[in-house]
Amino acid sequence: MTLSLVLVVAAALFAVGLWGALSQQVVVMVMMGLELMINAVILAAGAFWWFTSPSPDGQVLLLVVVAAMTVEMAMGFAVALLLHRRRGTDMTDMAGELNR
Amino acid sequence: MTEVVFWVAAVVSVAAGVAVFRTDSMARATYALAASFVAVGVILLAFDLDYLGVIVILMMIMEMAIMALFMIMLMGMNPALMPMSMVHSKRTATAIAVVVFLGLATAALAIPWPGRSGAPAADLTRSLGEAVMGSKMLVMLTISPVLFATIVGTLVLGHPRDRYQRYGDDLDRARPDDPIEGGVGR
Repeated sequence: MTLSLVLVVAAALFAVGLWGALSQQVVVMVMMGLELMINAVILAAGAFWWFTSPSPDGQVLLLVVVAAMTVEMAMGFAVALLLHRRRGTDMTDMAGELNR
Repeated sequence: MTEVVFWVAAVVSVAAGVAVFRTDSMARATYALAASFVAVGVILLAFDLDYLGVIVILMMIMEMAIMALFMIMLMGMNPALMPMSMVHSKRTATAIAVVVFLGLATAALAIPWPGRSGAPAADLTRSLGEAVMGSKMLVMLTISPVLFATIVGTLVLGHPRDRYQRYGDDLDRARPDDPIEGGVGR
């Protein structure tokens, strides 16, 4: 196990999440893609911390990433709920305009 | 042992990540995403990040449970019983994802990463707590209002009645049109 190999795994996770975020039509599935991308960032940050500088700073960075993921989920669900209530849809293609 | 745990968890995390978009139901996609997160949490545990590893595992299991609720609520059916494939721009997305993966993987393998400097603290959780309550308190103080703003923003977006329902489309109604006058609870 080396830093490079862990980063390759993280890159694979990131690419899979990116594919999902770009290709999926359902808002919740797009959010799943974004979650996978953040999952990759968590893995990469943990690996950097372990292999280069295992000081508390890296752990704090990981906490920030986890908090960012929480914010993304909460706001994403709120927008999905609003979209569903106003437009009766959960598809990104039907939310191309932000008009009321 | 750590090596074995890492490789098993790595394979599970990526395979579960792929399964999120390959499975034919949103319920199974949620379980797959949870499995991917748990695998990454296990890798963090292998890095001796006990606190953060457990946080990621517990948080993600709860988050995926909430996500399953939302899917059932928004889709209006039992997601486990309804096969689906709802994608667009598949070729473009695949091309972009492959290019990004090749770029990142090449960089990861080609860059001569620096070696480890310093040693981890004897008690990593304690060192994190001391950092959060000491030298890195500003980071936490910054995150706090962000999380509070998220709570407010989520409530505003998620509430079924907003100012347009209350004051009309042009916001020109003199008195709000509430089901019960005087506000909630009266």
